[in-house]
Amino acid sequence: MSAGSSGDLPTGPAGAEMSVATPAVTVPVVAMIRTMGLVALICGFAVTLAYQWTKPYVEANQRITTARAVSAVLPTAATQKAFVLGADEVKAAAPDSAPEETVYVGYDAAGRIVGVAARGASRGYADLVHVMYAYDPQCACINAMKVVKMNETPGIGDGVTKDPGFLENFAALDVRLNADGSALANRIVTVKHGTKREAWQIDAISGATVTSKAIGRALDQSAQRVVPRVHRHLAELEKGGQ
Amino acid sequence: MALNQEEPLTLDTFVRGIWKENPVFVTLLGMCPTLAVTNSATNAISMGLATFFVLLCSNVLVSMLRKVIPKQVRIAVYIVLIASFVTVVDYAIQAISLEVYEALGAFIQLIVVNCIILGRAEAYASRQTVVSTAINSIGTGIGFTVALLCLGVVREVLGAGTLFGVQILPGNFQPWVLMLLPPGGFFVLAGWLLLIDFMKQRKERKALEHEGVAAHGR
Repeated sequence: MSAGSSGDLPTGPAGAEMSVATPAVTVPVVAMIRTMGLVALICGFAVTLAYQWTKPYVEANQRITTARAVSAVLPTAATQKAFVLGADEVKAAAPDSAPEETVYVGYDAAGRIVGVAARGASRGYADLVHVMYAYDPQCACINAMKVVKMNETPGIGDGVTKDPGFLENFAALDVRLNADGSALANRIVTVKHGTKREAWQIDAISGATVTSKAIGRALDQSAQRVVPRVHRHLAELEKGGQ
Repeated sequence: MALNQEEPLTLDTFVRGIWKENPVFVTLLGMCPTLAVTNSATNAISMGLATFFVLLCSNVLVSMLRKVIPKQVRIAVYIVLIASFVTVVDYAIQAISLEVYEALGAFIQLIVVNCIILGRAEAYASRQTVVSTAINSIGTGIGFTVALLCLGVVREVLGAGTLFGVQILPGNFQPWVLMLLPPGGFFVLAGWLLLIDFMKQRKERKALEHEGVAAHGR
């Protein structure tokens, strides 16, 4: 290293010690408070400004991302509308409604429901695995599933986004309701690779069981809540397409 | 005191951060983002540019305020300045691309404690003029971005067969997934350090030989 750059080395601590070692009788209290207060004030202002300025763009980005995920699971829908399904009422979704409470209803050109998309999330190997799935009221099945956010190990857990054998599980996953319509007739469960026997089971990817199970859990938790409500309010949702 | 003297503005002020004192390859600072987010070229360049922006803005401000910040509270003031710019960058990245934002995860916020930035603020910006600081920070920022890109390109090509998301290796190439995982970061970093050190030593040897020949010839 040349002599010219030696002044550039991180010599801070040494310099600091020196200034402390010299008898510092007068600590510039006023200057300290003034400087820190002013800097904090200006920085706070700058951060608020940045937040206000970027907010519409961030929201637009989130809307686009959601709309894309909905289109991916409801490819035949001509239009989509967002609703919040309560236990006994249906509301049009507001921008601030919680995403996990929101369902996206896809309509064809004639205004008939082609499917209802909803979200689910469950803990995988690294973090929460977020999925978007489409429920088809006609066949009482889940007919599409897309992983919208995950952080699983590349080459192992990320197979759930592209493994053709695994994605086949979601061609027609049985989510029929029980006799009184309060819950699914059969829980959605992920079973060991190669042991799928029933239409409501998910065949796990061999070697990526944790992630496969997370998807099964995410679908089960969400569908147990969403599917009965969709059925209860089907007529109202149908009207939304007109 | 010699340390507090302002140095003259030369080409070295700029180039130093890119080559002779490259933060990643020479001074080995900021290893955390270097290893963590260089699993694709896009992530690497986003992280590099985000750090570049924070480095430049916060150091220019530190340099501007260097005469009014009391020594006792300087680190606190630097951190407040850096944290504010990081928050601004955080919002800006969310506004530009949610995908990149999610890929970079917590490492955007962690720029606050990036030792390259704090190191520059303490060792350079707090003693030098605004212009020198800006030029030096741009050099260091470019050096950091280029270094991350070097890692990101190698890891993405070997680990996924793609570059910036575009397939560049033939389809029958079996991706070397290990390169995308944390060990891949260490391997690739070690490879680059080896290469750069080899080049440096060869240059020194040549310079020595050259000197020897000149002395002999006389």
